[in-house]
Amino acid sequence: MKRRGGIGRTCAESLALAALSASCAGAPSIFSSAGSAAHRIGVLGWILTSIAIAVTVIVAAVLLGALVRSRAGQGEEVQRARGGVRWIVIGGVIAPAVILVAAFLFSVLTQSALADSPLRTMPTVQVIGHRWWWEVRYPDAPGQPVVSANELHVVAGRRVRLELTSADVIHSFWVPRLAGKTDLIPGQHNTMWMEADRPGTFWGECAEYCGVQHAHMNLVVVAETPEQHDAWLAAQNAVANAPTDSVAKRGQIVFERAACASCHTVRGSKAQGRIGPDLTHLESRRTIAAGTFPNTRGNLAGWIANAQTLKPGSGMPTIALPAADSRALLAYLETLR
Amino acid sequence: MHLRRVVATRYAKRAVLIALAAAAAGACGDARGAPALKVEGGDAARGERAIAAYGCGTCHMIPGIREATGMVGPPLTAFARRTIIAGRMPNTADALVRWIRTPQEVDPGTAMPDLNVTERDAKDIAAYLYTLR
Ligand code: HEC
Ligand code: HEC
Ligand SMILES: [Cu+2]
Repeated sequence: MKRRGGIGRTCAESLALAALSASCAGAPSIFSSAGSAAHRIGVLGWILTSIAIAVTVIVAAVLLGALVRSRAGQGEEVQRARGGVRWIVIGGVIAPAVILVAAFLFSVLTQSALADSPLRTMPTVQVIGHRWWWEVRYPDAPGQPVVSANELHVVAGRRVRLELTSADVIHSFWVPRLAGKTDLIPGQHNTMWMEADRPGTFWGECAEYCGVQHAHMNLVVVAETPEQHDAWLAAQNAVANAPTDSVAKRGQIVFERAACASCHTVRGSKAQGRIGPDLTHLESRRTIAAGTFPNTRGNLAGWIANAQTLKPGSGMPTIALPAADSRALLAYLETLR
Repeated sequence: MHLRRVVATRYAKRAVLIALAAAAAGACGDARGAPALKVEGGDAARGERAIAAYGCGTCHMIPGIREATGMVGPPLTAFARRTIIAGRMPNTADALVRWIRTPQEVDPGTAMPDLNVTERDAKDIAAYLYTLR
């Protein structure tokens, strides 16, 4: 979805990412779950939080009571006669043991309920963590596999199996409103399932510190109707059309000469690099640089001109080009719909 | 006696002059003597959102805008005190709106691309930039 000219149309269209991450998609909190896995985690979250609050309140009340009573000047004998040791055994050993065991059992039950789903029957999406972006592959798509980045499309109301791995260090996949966290570990394929119970966009982030740009490693989950999803997959499946406009044509030459092509793939062109995100359908994405900026013309122009200022340490270098080349490059990238 | 009256009138004149000067400076809105920069019909709060939506911050450092750390174009700090826009036009509201909407027309070949900014959004953005002192 591309925002161009005018602001203030739809929520997702007009607002900056803060809004995309908060209001449009709903606050990314486990307490506003929007899928069956997240519902269970939300319930567990409420129970653990309630226990913690209750324990805090009771301990504070007892402590306060003790302070007030000691003022009354009662002697040690009296205290002992009231059963001081019993209080310690019950309140300090038995009660915590019961509460902790119950909380532990409840967590384990939640976890096993989440694990107990026939993963094999679900469509698969592969997510590969990179410092600091997400590669997303749809191996089940008809035709050639679909490759995208920082955006994960699912059908609302349908479970999807996620196969998670990493190309470098350990990352963690977390979409708070849809499912719990699962780590992406190099050399290992972890699986989990996820479901959104309604169409919408849901904010996700890396939940395992992975280096300087960890905070700029976000993604958007887009839940859509089956028809929308099929149409989206078909569009993603297509290779890029060669540009027809003369400026965009020049931009493609710049793209292939200025090292961009050595890191990025544009299916259907000479660019077959594997270091950075696949750009074949860049313009269809909502964000650039892993949720760091809304995908607008201005942000795209700025990103290709000074990536290292905007996301220092990222795998994308700043390549200073003559202004005419940058504008041609921009025109070319905008043909990648 | 006479001398005293002369001195008194002189002080009185000076006081009036100072008062006038102060009033004039006040009318201009800035004691530093910078011209008053106002955009007719511009809404700075809306402009702040428009800047984020169009993505000016990836090229310009802009105070008050999240993630606006870009270093492709000049930082837009203290923009209300800038005298020249893009090294070519005096900083007036009309010129600024024109620049924001069609930089390629004002300065063909500049590295700032046309971003299809609407008239209203450009006015709002200009209003926001003029809040930066
Ligand atoms: C050394 C490899 C490398 C080169 C060369 C390179 N890029 Fe990148 N690019 C990356 C990486 C890595 C990312 C992901 C950065 C991130 O999000 O942290 C990226 C991200 C991008 C994105 C954002 C994609 C998205 O979906 O978020 C665009 C657009 C892009 N590059 C365009 C270009 C252009 C245009 C050039 C040539 C001027 C170029 N790149 C050169 C590695 C490279
Ligand atoms: C691709 C990078 C890029 C983007 C995106 C961009 N600009 Fe610029 N901007 C520049 C450059 C480069 C200059 C310097 C142009 C010149 O002097 O010819 C500039 C100059 C300016 C100036 C004049 C600054 C001065 O000190 O003279 C203003 C004001 C300005 N831009 C506002 C904006 C606004 C508002 C937006 C968003 C709607 C925006 N720019 C988006 C690159 C950009
Ligand atoms: Cu991380």
